[in-house]
Amino acid sequence: MNINATMIGQMLTFVVFVWFCMKFIWPPLINVLAERTKKIADGLSAADRAEQDLELAQEKAVAQLKEAKQQAAEIIDQAHKRSSQLIDEAKSQAREEGDRLLKAAQAEIEQEFNRAREELRAKVAAIAVAGAEKVLGASVDAQAHSVLLDKLAAEL
Amino acid sequence: MATEALTTKGYITHHLTNLTFGQHPDGTWGFAHSAQEAGEMGFWAFNVDTLGFSVLLGVVFSLIFWRTARKATTGAPTGLQNFVEWVVEFIDTSVKDIFHSRNVLIAPLALTIFVWIFLMNLMDLVPVDLIPHAAQLAGVHFLKVVPTTDPNATLGMAFGVFLLILFYSVKIKGLGGFLGELTLHPFGKWMLPFNLFLEGVNLISKPVSLGLRLFGNLYAGEMIFILIALMYSGGLVLGLFGGVLQWAWAVFHILIILLQAFIFMVLTIVYLSMAHESSH
Repeated sequence: MNINATMIGQMLTFVVFVWFCMKFIWPPLINVLAERTKKIADGLSAADRAEQDLELAQEKAVAQLKEAKQQAAEIIDQAHKRSSQLIDEAKSQAREEGDRLLKAAQAEIEQEFNRAREELRAKVAAIAVAGAEKVLGASVDAQAHSVLLDKLAAEL
Repeated sequence: MATEALTTKGYITHHLTNLTFGQHPDGTWGFAHSAQEAGEMGFWAFNVDTLGFSVLLGVVFSLIFWRTARKATTGAPTGLQNFVEWVVEFIDTSVKDIFHSRNVLIAPLALTIFVWIFLMNLMDLVPVDLIPHAAQLAGVHFLKVVPTTDPNATLGMAFGVFLLILFYSVKIKGLGGFLGELTLHPFGKWMLPFNLFLEGVNLISKPVSLGLRLFGNLYAGEMIFILIALMYSGGLVLGLFGGVLQWAWAVFHILIILLQAFIFMVLTIVYLSMAHESSH
């Protein structure tokens, strides 16, 4: 237990180990710790952000869904309107067509009726002449009595 | 136990003697064969066991921490890296709590002091006879395995810290400021010699108390282990009792060796912190 040069040796050894620790051990370790702290902090804030993003996305999805539903309802509404419109159009068209056909038929009937009347009228004259001939027993000159006959026919 | 050390006194003395290498009085260099011879070698002698074990343990510390530091990743740490980071973080917190100036030396210094001294103290838990006896079989007469039971080791480190205190005191406060702190307080310039005496004692007591506290604790602990080991030669009952005592003391000693390493570290940080801040 004498104080001797061991003390100096120990002091030098001490200096060497402290130097080594300062150069090669402490800086990398403390850097790793600091970096990990930063990484964890970043990770936590990223998680927070992700949560916020998720919330936002959910809100957006809900809004979009609502909008889509509204649009669908509008489209259906429009379709309903359009279909009733089409039906109305078709109905009116059909009515017009019916009217037109009816009118054409009436016109034709009238025409036919007139023609028949004319024919009848012409024939009535002939029959009247023939009747008169029978009654008079002589022939009637159609030429001479045409005024009378026409008058008769016109009265029919 | 050597042939010369069969007596109780011889056994104890043997355990407390360092393996000293130095110059014999007749001028030749060699190992001392007794405590007395070692004393006669004067200052220029080396305790080979103290230096050897402290260097070995320092290398163990450096290698373990260096390898871990090189391979350290910022991902989830496992195994050794976990442990090393825990120690580093503990030291870093302690330093930040006590030391408020900026100095890149302090934290690595504290780490080295803490782990190195802890490892040196840890050698105390190796059964007292194991390594010395093995060394004796290999032909080495004396071997003290706990470097911190050698005042040379503890005072060596303490004076290393002392030099740092002086260096930073002068660097931060300037030579004038440091001398002023030594001479002009606490009683003003008319009491200069008295102030110098007070502050000088204050300054010198720092390394001395630092080194001797560690030495005293570990030396006493080692001594108790040696005394307990003596009981093994006292028959079966006393031997068993000794075994129980040794176990109990070892458990208690775990606390002491950690605490002493921590105290040495904290006081170093405190002293250097005082060197960085002007106290008056």
